[in-house]
Amino acid sequence: MKPRLSLQVAAPLLAILVSVVVSSAMLIATKNSPWDVFSVIASKGFSKVYLVETFNRAAPYYIAGVAVAIGFKMNLFNIGTEGQYKLGALIAAWAGAAVHLPAPVHVLFIMVVAMITGAAWAAIPAVLKATRGVSEVISSIMLNGIALGLGAFLLGQWLRMPAKSGFIVGTRPIDESGRLPTLNGLLGSLGLDITSANRVQSFVLVALVVGIVYHVVVWRTRFGYDLRATGSNAEAAEASGVNAKRMIITAMLLSGATAGLVGLNNVMGQAGRYTDISVVNGIGFTGIAIALLGRNHPVGIAFAAVLWAFMDAVQTPLSNADLPKQVTSILQGVTVLSVVIAYEVVRRIGLRQQAASLKREVPTGGAPPPPPMGSEVAPA
Amino acid sequence: MSLIDTAQPLDGPAALGAPAPGARGPLAWLARIPRPLRLAAYLVVGVALLTMARLYTGAGQLTAQGTFQSALELALPIALAGLGGLWAERAGVVNIGLEGMMALGTWFGAYGAIAYGPWTGVLLGVLGGAVGGLLHALATVTFGVDHIISGVAINLLGVGVTEFLTSVSWNGLSAKESPTIPATITKVDLTPFLNGPLRDLSRQRRPVLSDLANLWLAVTANVSLLVVLAIALFPLSWYLLWRTPMGLRLRAVGEDPEAADSLGVKVYRMKYLAVTVSGALSGLGGVLLVYLFSGKFQSGQTGGRGFIGLAAMIFGNWRPGGLIAGAGLFGFMDSMQSQVDETSHALLIVVSLVFVGCAAWTLHRRRWISVGIFLALAAGCWWWYEQTEELPRELIPYFPHITTLLVLVFASQRLRMPAADGRVYRRSGR
Repeated sequence: MKPRLSLQVAAPLLAILVSVVVSSAMLIATKNSPWDVFSVIASKGFSKVYLVETFNRAAPYYIAGVAVAIGFKMNLFNIGTEGQYKLGALIAAWAGAAVHLPAPVHVLFIMVVAMITGAAWAAIPAVLKATRGVSEVISSIMLNGIALGLGAFLLGQWLRMPAKSGFIVGTRPIDESGRLPTLNGLLGSLGLDITSANRVQSFVLVALVVGIVYHVVVWRTRFGYDLRATGSNAEAAEASGVNAKRMIITAMLLSGATAGLVGLNNVMGQAGRYTDISVVNGIGFTGIAIALLGRNHPVGIAFAAVLWAFMDAVQTPLSNADLPKQVTSILQGVTVLSVVIAYEVVRRIGLRQQAASLKREVPTGGAPPPPPMGSEVAPA
Repeated sequence: MSLIDTAQPLDGPAALGAPAPGARGPLAWLARIPRPLRLAAYLVVGVALLTMARLYTGAGQLTAQGTFQSALELALPIALAGLGGLWAERAGVVNIGLEGMMALGTWFGAYGAIAYGPWTGVLLGVLGGAVGGLLHALATVTFGVDHIISGVAINLLGVGVTEFLTSVSWNGLSAKESPTIPATITKVDLTPFLNGPLRDLSRQRRPVLSDLANLWLAVTANVSLLVVLAIALFPLSWYLLWRTPMGLRLRAVGEDPEAADSLGVKVYRMKYLAVTVSGALSGLGGVLLVYLFSGKFQSGQTGGRGFIGLAAMIFGNWRPGGLIAGAGLFGFMDSMQSQVDETSHALLIVVSLVFVGCAAWTLHRRRWISVGIFLALAAGCWWWYEQTEELPRELIPYFPHITTLLVLVFASQRLRMPAADGRVYRRSGR
């Protein structure tokens, strides 16, 4: 039995409240006014410009969150999303610029290359865990660093556009056929006018597809069932015929392939090529936070990604108003820590309610009831 | 969730580091040598390896005093994080949040040094890390959150807090770093009477002997008191954890909390203590990063050293001695960043020699396929050295990461972690 829905929703709300209280305390301690900060967030954050910014940022966050969540579903910690998406974006940008294809094929080609690269990089910790028993946590963290170095090396030596003065080091630009269009026109025809300077990236649609595929694969296929079963009770799953090693490798490859897509929004958008500016660092780590916040649920992750992106987006109005914009990183950090605590508390309350309801069903003195197998074993 | 799957078959050369106590087989005689002597012997073998590479390549910097000194100073933050991990995991709490606690240490260390003076800075840095540890204990022990998840959250929080504090401190001078810290810690000579003779020996460039003299000078001559303090924490931790009743209780909690509880050990209190000390130690590691290198706080200056420290602890089989060996190795690799290309290039020969050693080991065990693989790897590294002038510069900062990965691949099978490591413990009846 799951805890009641109201409890499940209350947990993240409580966590956000805690983070607001803690960051207010920090603001007061450093002689800033929490009122100023939160009124700027409330008044400016919801204006059109920053909402567009929020959704543009939320799309890669969402994909990163899903990538991490695939691993989490079977207690596999793919901390290596960071390296996987950086390398994925670099190789895809290079390959995408090297070919000339009609538009839909070109777009798909770039995405597939990115996914293969991400999966290949994720294969390293997967194989090490399955064959040598190396913790994927440590190995994937080390591989993040190595990916940064390898990426810089590949870009500097082979993949870069021939140097031109005043140009940032990066790959050659991709043809127009390989770019994702903006959604401004479409939204305009729906009666929502957004100036073209304020691009609405269509990458959000890619995120949508990723979310749907994630839901179908994890909750509607045999593989997904095995994945969740392994996550809930690895021994029971193995006893019922799940091959643990193959599950580890498959889950990591899927996670890596999803991660490969994370960095493509600017590579296939405005910038059209890979540079250190067009593909920013750190989204992989953010993905971990977002998966935790969203409880690995496709809709939960979406809320988490939007929340996180919103807190990023309001940094600009905060700094325009001469307020410490980094307060949002405290908001984010405290939210994550308190949310994982809140979820655990809710889970325990749920267990207690379950025990209490069992006690009510069976009068004292009778034979102990069989545990409700269906709800116990079926993974959440 | 276990960091190491100990049920794996024992194959491959696991003897890269110190072999597990009680090792059977052809290396059993090694275990009979007294431990201090054995550790010293490993050190000499390691230095001899470097000497051989130095003689072959002519890269004199490979075993220079300066190299050893920067290796030591870079190894210490890693080792302190690892020692923090050791405390926590011996009490059964996996601490992946070391990185965040280290970051707190860097910020509070720098802040304290600027506002109040160097030693107060050290104290504040340690306290900052300890607060991070306390948070981790609160989440994992009191609330029973998964250890890895809580650790990841602590890392995010640690970075967030330091970023915010940087932006509101020091008159908003920079959002990324602090001003330079004013005073430094006193430096001392630990064995002043040896300095003269050792310097002479060092100048004579005798194989191995001169290199060992350089190593000794690096550890004893003109070292910061902070370094001395940090080094002293290792024997102290060993003593506390393995020779006192408190240590026995703490380790019992990490092996079997139910049994410990039934004997009256306050399990929660022990875990709180261990994780808080863990945070304090990695906080000190952060302080060292600020004091010994940059001389100021920089956002992101921990650079994954907390994680590498954790790997050093795993490499060291959850023991202080092995941990130091691992941290020394990673620190040496880390110090290559500040070296000339020639030195890091010569590392290829070192690696090649290590592979030859592995080949000899597998030859002894009559694993012919492994012998072939190691010889091919050794030849490959040698060939790489001969064909190139330098290593790709972009990759040099990540040498510790590559080494960590390789070491974990080859050495992870013989390890034994505390039995209840990473398990959430709930007292029954609550």
